[in-house]
Amino acid sequence: MTTPLLEIRDVTKRFPGVLALDGVSLNVAPGEVHGLLGENGAGKSTLLKIISGAQLPDSGEIVWQGRKVSIASPFAAQAMGIVTIYQEFNLVPTLSVAENIFIGREPRGFGPFIDWRKMRADARAIIERVGLTVDPQTEVSRLSVAEQQMVEIARALSIDARLIIMDEPTSALSQSEVTRLFAIVQRLRAQGVAIMFVTHRLEEALEICDRVTVLRDGRLAGVRERAGLTIAAIIELMVGRAASELYRRPERRHAAGALRLCVRGLSTTPGSRRLRGTPLHDIDLDVRAGEILGLAGLVGAGRTELARAIFGADPIASGRIEVDGRPVNIRSPRDAIAAGIGLVPEDRKRQALFLQLAIRPNFSSASLGSFVRAGVFVDEVAEAKALENYRQSMHVRMTGPEQKIANLSGGNQQKIVLARWLELKPKILIVDEPTRGVDVGAKAEVHELLDALAASGIAVIAISSELPEVMAIADRIVTLREGRISGELQAHEATQARLMSLMTLSGQASGGQPRAA
Amino acid sequence: MAAAERIEIKTDTGTRRFWALAASFAPLIFLLVLMAVFAILEPRFLDSTNLFNVMRQISITGLIALGMTFVILTAGIDLSVGSLLAVSAIVAAGIVKGSAGNTLSLDPDAVSGNPWYYGMAAAIAVGLLGGLLQGLGITKLKVPPFVVTLGGLSAFRGLTLWYSNGGPISGFEADMRWWGQGQIGPVPVPVIIFLSAALVCHIVLRYTRYGRHVYAVGGNMEAARLSGLAVDRITLSVYVVVGFFAGLAGFVLSARLNSAEAVAGMGYELTVIASVVIGGTSLFGGSGSIGGTVVGAVLIGVLVNGLVLNNVSSYIQQIIIGLIIIAAVAFDRYVKTQRAV
Repeated sequence: MTTPLLEIRDVTKRFPGVLALDGVSLNVAPGEVHGLLGENGAGKSTLLKIISGAQLPDSGEIVWQGRKVSIASPFAAQAMGIVTIYQEFNLVPTLSVAENIFIGREPRGFGPFIDWRKMRADARAIIERVGLTVDPQTEVSRLSVAEQQMVEIARALSIDARLIIMDEPTSALSQSEVTRLFAIVQRLRAQGVAIMFVTHRLEEALEICDRVTVLRDGRLAGVRERAGLTIAAIIELMVGRAASELYRRPERRHAAGALRLCVRGLSTTPGSRRLRGTPLHDIDLDVRAGEILGLAGLVGAGRTELARAIFGADPIASGRIEVDGRPVNIRSPRDAIAAGIGLVPEDRKRQALFLQLAIRPNFSSASLGSFVRAGVFVDEVAEAKALENYRQSMHVRMTGPEQKIANLSGGNQQKIVLARWLELKPKILIVDEPTRGVDVGAKAEVHELLDALAASGIAVIAISSELPEVMAIADRIVTLREGRISGELQAHEATQARLMSLMTLSGQASGGQPRAA
Repeated sequence: MAAAERIEIKTDTGTRRFWALAASFAPLIFLLVLMAVFAILEPRFLDSTNLFNVMRQISITGLIALGMTFVILTAGIDLSVGSLLAVSAIVAAGIVKGSAGNTLSLDPDAVSGNPWYYGMAAAIAVGLLGGLLQGLGITKLKVPPFVVTLGGLSAFRGLTLWYSNGGPISGFEADMRWWGQGQIGPVPVPVIIFLSAALVCHIVLRYTRYGRHVYAVGGNMEAARLSGLAVDRITLSVYVVVGFFAGLAGFVLSARLNSAEAVAGMGYELTVIASVVIGGTSLFGGSGSIGGTVVGAVLIGVLVNGLVLNNVSSYIQQIIIGLIIIAAVAFDRYVKTQRAV
């Protein structure tokens, strides 16, 4: 075997009260795609931070290209050739795509002046390599989440990196974009660039990685070659026990009850000031009590936009919405909530959580009215008691109602957001990417929860960019393409191939491509 | 080995708890240290008359700082408070005196206007109206609070000067002056007003639905909207709240000085915002408390008083106050990062 590009030897990192990494070793060869797997809290983030220079280990060695090094800062890591693409974007939203790619390394023309023409041309060449079809002068804030992530990747490509660390790079991408990303990864591998790939999606790890390192509770659980490796084996390493399968398709299929939500002719106005994303055209949708309706579509197909329009978060131009057979006029989330609709939004941190606040006020933010006594005062005891019920029934791992929500893991945060809506006893619950950034164990729990909700008579609409997830939880799947409904399948008829063809249908020229800005 | 590890973890948690405790009391610790220093330098500082004097001095800006806490909790700002105080005070004085003219008569018997409660009602009404207008500008016209209230800073001052023709309106009856100069036992009336208002504000922010909504809107406006909160109405309301306190403070100030000055309250926005920020309320919204603001207001009062007692020139006082504002917030931040690690 050649000299490893990066070798981590016996690294330990301790935080107050927690041993985050306990004697972990790992090595990455040049041109290797190396998967780093583990549940939330297993120590992946800490290890990433140490490799990318954000934190120093308490003990242990880091060897880079055969030489012992100390990576003192992210800047030092970058200078060595280690570039990290974080899950949380590192872009300046008010600057253009080109400016973001070359930030801090702007090509100079005369004296201190930027050579804009060269910068745009270089940017165009790089974003073409990641298959992004936007003008490099587009302001980043106007791009979709997936497009922004591709700009991040483009920026890493523009730095001549020897090791690119990608933290959950696919969590915001649609199937076709994942395919494109993997093609880029293959190309980089062929050029001798090593990729460290952190993901919760085990199928992807199996597909793209040459080797995987699995962490569990801050310790090394195992290193495996891809050949002969199965998802079940990875899960066993991750959780330390045999897991039957990732997405267990539940036996029950709900008998759909009465019509709960009826949407007819819903459209949104393109170019409206408050509207971001894909405009919707003439959407008809029925959801029945006790049913989980899956919404599938590529990024830019209008899944999130549809959820937000029904919930009153974005204005609608025309169309009508009926709840339990009665027409409702929804002009704001407030109206939607009054009509019995709840929304678990796609971006937990930005759209759902109050990160400075404790779990208790986060839980009750939508249902505070029911805890009010004497007209104005909040009954905190009743609040805590209600929260405690959800903590037990949902197995939320938390120290108490006054713990800060920011200190919970993604899965537990998501359970609190779900509890927020359940406390309102909604008729219709829309969940957008309910398991994004949630580890394997908690994922299954969230799925079971959605199942239980549907069984209790709530009409559930579930959006996910992971097709296996949609197929596992939905009773019926509606596909969207470019803001229109493009097909519908019952769960038992659905295969990934059929869904993909519905999502990309009607001519290959325009099909499958995400919206160009 | 295992035992050693356990002990270490225990100490870690202890340190963490210490910093967590220190973080919630950082402004108070800073205040106590400052008081100790002044007490050593000048023993007269601790006389009860002096301490009541300090409290009386801070009660005006302290009242406004209570309202400002609501505003800053929503990640807003109000720069107009000094001018709003002045216009409230001058209109109230005009109504009490029965004339907006430049009345220099200090003879209470010559007054032919209205009783004091007309004045109080007028001051509060003007404050509420000013706050409402600015709140509407912020929520309906979508102009940033900084800009709207910067406009207010100028416009309300102009209104004051216009109304009074640039001069003061002076000379009130004893029962109006009582609101600024009177005492209940040894305690000055403005101090009682300030502390009871602080108690009410604390209860509102800490225990009511409205208070919770203020924190939610400031903590994450989008999440608040998606939780069904009436974000615009809540945002509007905090400017009305600070307007109320600017009006009330204007009334109390006139009563204390026995005069409503057209130039009253100039520069108060600095003291008020500093009180709130020194008290640990985040300018980014979503975290802070009334208790902190009270401590912040007292801290500034103590600082000014201590410097005066030590014969520090008023020019140098300003330099020191500026530096202390920064130091207090730096200390608060330092303690908070220690806790976070």
